[in-house]
Amino acid sequence: MKKKSNILVYLALIVLVCIFIFPVIWVVLSSIKDSTELYSWPPKFIPDHPTLKNFITAFEKGNFGSYFLNSTFVTVTATILTLLVNTMAGYALAKYRFKGDTWLLIGFISTLMIPLEVIMTPIFTVISKLGLYNSLWGIIIPPAATPTGVFLIRQYLLTVPNELIEAARIDGAGEWKIFWKLIVPIAKPIISVLAIFSFMWRWDDFIWPLIVISDPTKYTVQLALSNFIGEYNVDWGSLLAMSVVTMIPVLIVFLIFQKQFIQGMATSGMKD
Amino acid sequence: MERVIKQQSKMKTAKQLSFQTDKRKRQMVPYLFVLPNFVIFFTFIVVPAFVGLYYSFTDYDGLSEMNFVGIENYKEVFHSSEYWNIFANTFKYAFAVVPLIFICSLGIAILLIKEIKAKGFFRAIFYWPTMISAIIVGVAWKWIFGDSFGVLNYLIESLGFTPIKWLSDPVFANITVVVGTIWARIGFFMVIFMAGLQSIPTSYYEAAQMDGASKFKMFWSITLPLLKPTSFLVLILLLIESFKQYPLVLALTGGGPAKETTFLVQYIYEFGFKKGELGYASAMSVVLFVVIVIFTVIQFKWTKGGTID
Repeated sequence: MKKKSNILVYLALIVLVCIFIFPVIWVVLSSIKDSTELYSWPPKFIPDHPTLKNFITAFEKGNFGSYFLNSTFVTVTATILTLLVNTMAGYALAKYRFKGDTWLLIGFISTLMIPLEVIMTPIFTVISKLGLYNSLWGIIIPPAATPTGVFLIRQYLLTVPNELIEAARIDGAGEWKIFWKLIVPIAKPIISVLAIFSFMWRWDDFIWPLIVISDPTKYTVQLALSNFIGEYNVDWGSLLAMSVVTMIPVLIVFLIFQKQFIQGMATSGMKD
Repeated sequence: MERVIKQQSKMKTAKQLSFQTDKRKRQMVPYLFVLPNFVIFFTFIVVPAFVGLYYSFTDYDGLSEMNFVGIENYKEVFHSSEYWNIFANTFKYAFAVVPLIFICSLGIAILLIKEIKAKGFFRAIFYWPTMISAIIVGVAWKWIFGDSFGVLNYLIESLGFTPIKWLSDPVFANITVVVGTIWARIGFFMVIFMAGLQSIPTSYYEAAQMDGASKFKMFWSITLPLLKPTSFLVLILLLIESFKQYPLVLALTGGGPAKETTFLVQYIYEFGFKKGELGYASAMSVVLFVVIVIFTVIQFKWTKGGTID
């Protein structure tokens, strides 16, 4: 009886796996087809003459290399900035008492519920007034102060005993030194969770670049892709090749940090 | 929540007062630690929120002088039949996506917490689409659903049926958007449900089994009630997510045919950024925000804040 129901569970899971991986597999297989095979009817599942022509076109004619560099720059810089400002703020809210701390925390938490999309128009005004329009810094700085990050770090550091910090103070360590030499190493697990998520958020981000960037030389990969698919005559070969290349960094990060991803998410209901 | 935080802070104040040296100097420290985050948060969230509210009462177009127009924009929003169509589109989408993803992700989570082999593999496969950007999700599904080039229509044709205009028929275009969303988001909520399911003590099920309860009965009277806090979280996140959907639709259908899959955020974006009607766009944003808050409050009340009775 038990065995029989288990077989049904596996069967259901395998069917689901096939449905789940098909779209990605299909994109990857199609990206290595030449233009005749790409549109051949009936479609060929496995290409007869696999080729990297689409990838070469995307990089040579589609200027994809520079979009990729822009995205890499934005993702790396924004992640470093996010970790720095959120760890500092999370630490202050967990381990210091100061005037307005409760209100600040409530303020941060309540914005978790405000979707960025609701304030798109005024954000544009602020961005232009500060001279950040059409600058990659306009995508890097604003989303760095994520409430999720502050909250995550704070909750983690609450579990650190105060005695540890006090002992360091008695030993004569300054507050800044305590932060770098004591708190940051302790918080390493949660900081790496935030780092992985920040990487994904920034790499996949679409709304911020859409608001901030209009100069095509500053496009991120997501902006370039959305522009590409909006064209009247879509060059599917290049588009699919670009999509495959865009998925690779996230896939690598996912494969390496899978455990942290799923644990971090399950404990906090992560949302950017 | 406020009370809890205050209590926590009281408890800690007592402890921290025990250590007094350099206290004066140290009082400045937390402000310096919070400052960078606060400056960014204030500049790019708080200021825009108020600027947006202000814009919504003006005729601002980004170029000519701004005039105060009172509640004209809001009147216009409520009288615009197009706005209500877009609103209805968004609602229909949310009411399809929210229950479907809720049920599917709970179902898969239940399958995956059983004692099965290769659990990690299955979990990774279902979770992986949530990491792909919404734009690429749109690209991938458009490549499958494409009216003339999609592999799905080939399959339908070879089974002897007439191909379906997935992207140019209003009803089917909506279905494709829903399918894409489900595929992309199930993994996220599956993981949240798995965490919730794992927190239910197995002894409850063992006791119920001894009393001869059926599997369905156990699900109904143990799993569902104890899963209430998780369900509450999932419902709120799902609802907010579906109300702000834009990138996936942009890539998949572009909002067409004839605005049939255009949702609120896209509509606001078009008015604010393409037509330059910033005042009107801001008023629509405020309405969207109010709707999201109302839904959050209703869900909160309905589930009694996600607590278990």
